[in-house]
Amino acid sequence: MSKQILRINMADLSYKYEKVPKKWSKWAGRGLTSTIVAEEVEPTCHPLGPNNKLVIAPGWVSGTPAAPSSGRTSFGGKSPLTGGIKESNSGGLSSQKIAKLGLAAIIIEGTPKDEKWYTLFLNKDGVKFESADDILGKGMYQVDEIFWKKYPNEPAIIGIGPVGEKKLSNAGISINDPENKPGRYAARGGLGAVMGARGVKALIVDDTDGPGVDIADMDLFKAGRKKLTDAIMSHDLTKPGGGLNLYGTNVLMNIVNEAGGLPTRNFSAGQFEGAAKISGEMIAEMVEKRGGGMTGHGCHPGCVIKCSNIYPDEEGNDFVSCVEYESAWAFGANCGIDDLDYVAKMIRECNDLGLDTIEAGNTVAVYMDGGALEFGDKEGALSLFDEIRKMSPLGRILGQGVEATAKAFGVHRVPTVKGQSMPAYEPRAIKGIGVTYATTPMGADHTAGYTIAPEIAGVSGKVDPLTDEGKADLSLTFQAATAFIDSTGYCLFIAFPILDIETGFAGMVESVAGVMGLKADDVDAIAMGKEVLKIEREFNTRAGFTSADDRLPEFMRYEKLPPHDVVWTMPDEDLDKVYSWID
Amino acid sequence: MRVEVRVFATLRRYLPDLGIGEARVMDVPDGTTLDEIREILELPAEEVKVIMVNHLQAAPQDPGADGDRITYIPAVAGG
Repeated sequence: MSKQILRINMADLSYKYEKVPKKWSKWAGRGLTSTIVAEEVEPTCHPLGPNNKLVIAPGWVSGTPAAPSSGRTSFGGKSPLTGGIKESNSGGLSSQKIAKLGLAAIIIEGTPKDEKWYTLFLNKDGVKFESADDILGKGMYQVDEIFWKKYPNEPAIIGIGPVGEKKLSNAGISINDPENKPGRYAARGGLGAVMGARGVKALIVDDTDGPGVDIADMDLFKAGRKKLTDAIMSHDLTKPGGGLNLYGTNVLMNIVNEAGGLPTRNFSAGQFEGAAKISGEMIAEMVEKRGGGMTGHGCHPGCVIKCSNIYPDEEGNDFVSCVEYESAWAFGANCGIDDLDYVAKMIRECNDLGLDTIEAGNTVAVYMDGGALEFGDKEGALSLFDEIRKMSPLGRILGQGVEATAKAFGVHRVPTVKGQSMPAYEPRAIKGIGVTYATTPMGADHTAGYTIAPEIAGVSGKVDPLTDEGKADLSLTFQAATAFIDSTGYCLFIAFPILDIETGFAGMVESVAGVMGLKADDVDAIAMGKEVLKIEREFNTRAGFTSADDRLPEFMRYEKLPPHDVVWTMPDEDLDKVYSWID
Repeated sequence: MRVEVRVFATLRRYLPDLGIGEARVMDVPDGTTLDEIREILELPAEEVKVIMVNHLQAAPQDPGADGDRITYIPAVAGG
């Protein structure tokens, strides 16, 4: 059975299955969400208005048997945070279940006429529209629990918390993890508000007896799967007992701190004296000492890397998943807080309320920078989430993210690009990632072109992080490769082994080609990635973006960052070069 | 010369007495290279992916200098 598009119209509560048009048939994941958004969403529309859409797509290999670490779902739409195109992707249970229902994508469009809220229940028989009145206002921990009690098949739950209901720009989309906790998020760019604007509180996906995923060339798929799995399982970073498995993404905290590139106290320094206390090594110690929680947690079935964790509370009970590097940095170093328990509490608040932790942490830091709270005030920081929960005027400002908060509190040090705040790598000290922040169509986003691999980690070669030369080309190569991997359904972390191990890269391509029925030679990852970037870039141009939007904030050009005492020196011409092949 | 050495993540198992982020202070002959210091500490070469000196990347054959802050880093990435 060939894949279908499921189109859900919230205006008249109807749905239909459509054949995948030929022009879309080569795409999956990010490639497909961005293609559909570019074609069906008017770039100048208001992101919260009736003409925006939410598009959800699993990758090519999601839902296939035993493709390693392949449970990523792409979510696309026009971003309320950036005003540009957005693809935000997540692990959790959704990708494989949507794929096994034979769906290439789900398009949610229209606005309920009665302004009511709905839960959509999707299974092999179609879509049921149910009133969401009984779960409105509830946090995602409770929502997930309610639906696993109601539906015994342990479905995927794609939902929004109270922040998404209020359509605030920092609303993410929650996806339940294998323990049915809201630990996985398509967090960035405010797509939770887009889902809220469609009147959808939750989308439940039950794949029981679904048709499964067709694999056109099983032999090629299997050969590729084996090569890729071997590469992941042998690379020092991704193998069992390797850095990611033992310490999670937060293995980076001490290292980036050592490199002088750890944004601290709202991007005013590159090192944090409390880094060790909020590091991945400390999480592992807490898990051991408290006798609860875990490291080596998989965020979706079939993950072989298992970089997630469950952080324990003081009594050793499972408290929150996951304390990622980005989240630990956002509420830790960037707010001057060196207490992992408080960091974990704020992450849990985000998971429940439906907030992106990166944007939320940056928002707290900017609020502190504005003088409303001292850096390091962990109680004060945590109490801000009460304001958001109450939807007080302050809470609503904070829920809008960094730029709104900076304006409200008179802060000039605003670490954003295209309205989206920067993640945990200082671009003044790590120049290549700055190029990615500046030029990706997504707004400041490290995952869009992770030059950290060669600049800090020595993966895929070694490059000096402090020099400008060659960084435009480096960033574009990583952006293109990422756009391809984001379309596969594979976790982006397969990039590390496949960049170092040639057969792993070939395996990834072969597994994709096997599913699609192509020859491996016909799948040009970089060329296809560039096609996706072109689609996204052109959407943004039509939305009104110019080269002036491909810049880092002004303060980075004149405020010296210790310990290297460097400023952002990248010439504008270099930034404009990254996408000159389109413009 | 006197140098301070840090190790992180999976390399910590070779210097188990050090707390997270703590440094081993070592007195070594002037001009001792980073690779020789690694050998003194019995860190396996194949597990050291990156070396930093005073927050900058360095090469194994580079000589250390008095007061250097040296860090040995295994395979890491994420984010």
